[in-house]
Amino acid sequence: MTIQILMPALSPTMEEGTLAKWTIKKGDKVKSGDVIAEIETDKATMEVEAVDEGVVGEILVAEGAQGVKVNTPIAVLLEDGEDASALANGADHAPKAAAAPAPAAPKAPPAEPVAEEPEAPEVPAGAAMATQTVREALRDAMAEEMRRDPMVFVMGEEVAEYQGAYKITQGLLDEFGSKRVVDTPITEHGFAGVGVGAAFGGLKPIVEFMTFNFAMQAIDQIINSAAKTLYMSGGLMGCPIVFRGPNGAAARVAAQHSQDYAAWYAHIPGLKVCMPYSAADAKGLLKAAIRDPNPVIFLENEILYGRSFEVPQVEDWTVPIGKAKVARAGTDVTIVSFGIGMTYALEAAAALARDGIEAEVIDLRSLRPMDTDAVVKSVKKTNRCVTVEEGWPVCSIGSQISAVLMREAFDWLDAPVLTLAGKDVPMPYAANLEKLALVTTAEVIEAAKAVCYR
Amino acid sequence: MATPRKTAAKKAADGPSQDELLKAYGDMLLIRRFEEKAGQLYGMGLIGGFCHLYIGQEAVVVGLTAATVEGDQTTTSYRDHGHMLACGMDPKGVMAELTGRIGGYSKGKGGSMHMFSREKHFFGGHGIVGAQVPIGAGLGFANKYLENGKVSLVYFGDGAANQGQVYETFNMASLWKLPVIFVIENNKYAMGTSVERSSSTPAYYTRGEAFAIPGEAVDGMDYVAVKEAGLKALAHCREGHGPYILEMNTYRYRGHSMSDPAKYRTREEVSKMREEKDPIEHVRKMLLEMGAAEDDLKAVDKAVRERVNDAAAFAQESPEPDVAELWTDVYAPAPAA
Repeated sequence: MTIQILMPALSPTMEEGTLAKWTIKKGDKVKSGDVIAEIETDKATMEVEAVDEGVVGEILVAEGAQGVKVNTPIAVLLEDGEDASALANGADHAPKAAAAPAPAAPKAPPAEPVAEEPEAPEVPAGAAMATQTVREALRDAMAEEMRRDPMVFVMGEEVAEYQGAYKITQGLLDEFGSKRVVDTPITEHGFAGVGVGAAFGGLKPIVEFMTFNFAMQAIDQIINSAAKTLYMSGGLMGCPIVFRGPNGAAARVAAQHSQDYAAWYAHIPGLKVCMPYSAADAKGLLKAAIRDPNPVIFLENEILYGRSFEVPQVEDWTVPIGKAKVARAGTDVTIVSFGIGMTYALEAAAALARDGIEAEVIDLRSLRPMDTDAVVKSVKKTNRCVTVEEGWPVCSIGSQISAVLMREAFDWLDAPVLTLAGKDVPMPYAANLEKLALVTTAEVIEAAKAVCYR
Repeated sequence: MATPRKTAAKKAADGPSQDELLKAYGDMLLIRRFEEKAGQLYGMGLIGGFCHLYIGQEAVVVGLTAATVEGDQTTTSYRDHGHMLACGMDPKGVMAELTGRIGGYSKGKGGSMHMFSREKHFFGGHGIVGAQVPIGAGLGFANKYLENGKVSLVYFGDGAANQGQVYETFNMASLWKLPVIFVIENNKYAMGTSVERSSSTPAYYTRGEAFAIPGEAVDGMDYVAVKEAGLKALAHCREGHGPYILEMNTYRYRGHSMSDPAKYRTREEVSKMREEKDPIEHVRKMLLEMGAAEDDLKAVDKAVRERVNDAAAFAQESPEPDVAELWTDVYAPAPAA
């Protein structure tokens, strides 16, 4: 059996090259690893090594030949015991044709199924309610899931002995011990990666970032390791992990500690992203996130931690990820928000009502998957939309909603969608400037009136 | 703490048996021939993108894997084909992943750098330099949490050894006494930058000193030395003493990736290593000295060639993934309630 030596591709993009030099000639014996030729590509001159053993039977492409296409036979090797007569029989190691040109990408399957049936209330009728802060609700969610599943553990800076930098993990060390409530060194990149490895190894980590500002140190592990591995492994290696902590502006902590990452993480396929406003949603969504087999980014807010809400006292209260909620029904304009932005949205809606404008306020609650169907449905009723968030305006959650509405509700819109966001500047420290940098209730009222042409 | 030390290649009186060496020879040869074939298929345009070959370093993963027990985990970088084969993954599935076909371990969606096998306890295949190190420690964390007695082996190169996350991981692994072996495969070049030009302290086995992690430098071209060091490190971890560092001094014969003309070192340097230190040739000589028959070795050569040729044929026959696969495996479905 003769062996054809083909013009090799020496880089991912090489299509042809120059056969600069042969270092073998007809009749030479070669073995695997011997340099047989030098080939010039557009990047470099590379030595080509023999892969097979044999005697050079024929040089097919002369030294100095330019523009030799990849996969062109350039020489023929004779195997042990063959003579030149074998050449006539042709090579039987002919390469197979490269793959056919790619067809157009198939359409994306419909996003997460959205319930079409009349919406059942999330809270069962007659359920007892208790007033709780968001802080308590988050703690209860973790404690309940840790009682339910011994694989769930919490790790992060100051989560155990200090009882949490923001007291979200208060009491967990006492109940679950230091094996399951793990204080880490200040080493976000490292412990995010340790969390991912633990998740691959069968555990269900809750990784607390003291704030999401510090998660930028860990973002490679979050995106490249946690979010992409399921896909890269063909569905084999899932990463059930929750990354949680406060996100967005707090108060007077300046630019490096005041950033909203909602749009950043919502951009990434493979992640789920939650950003609750109320204590009930914080609890229900965090429980759902801990149970989810995928990596979930759970964006909390320091200012909301101390706010009180009614939380249903039902057994195993969970809220599905990817489902928005109508926080206030209305007919004249849709205001879409999430997280702390809901504060401004709801305040604005109350003020607008006094002026005779009934705003429908939608709390997205999850940003990936994003329940845009709920927004489209509302806008088809109100014909107007204002979005509210604290993050920056460029490539924001509001930009995404605006694009979806243009595509899916164009004929229903009676006014351009207005996207309210934080100002396009790093967060200033000065109290007056900080207020100006954030979105305000007054701006929401003004925008809602503008789209109503009032 | 044990002081890091440099061991001379020891000659154990009660060395490995002929059967064991024959298996090691076959395992290393499988990697060598597989990688040569991968290089060939790359040259034919059947493998695309990045493709980092392990040729020259075979004794490291074969020696250490021989020291492990079922259930110990292996995690490595993008130079991962050898580790997968050593873990017992099917060459067909690995080669078909390289050609981007549905028969590949990741259905063709991961490629050379991204394959996994829960069955064989292989946790990747990671494309970002150094990122596998905390992940490997996380597997050790899980072992300790689950009290399963297993040890996680995480391999990385001399280049990755300068990544910050490696030292974050050393700190936590030592602090929490995680059963992890950090295997630094020092092949002398981080892509094109030599150890001397990239590392202030090139004695990588001492890099754990600040974290009280014992370390040892090992001749990574010597299967017997590698396995011995592995047994010792594994015992240390299994006894609950925390992590261990093994610096494996080795050499890659090929470029960093397929598109590397390797102008940063001389042809003579490569030839000298091949001729004097080749790990496969070393074991072959040992076998012949022990009285193994040439024919037995030839039979191994033949069987390995057949396996590799079968893998190459499978990798070309297996179809590309169905276009519907574009949209699958982004999210794991929620388990049934």
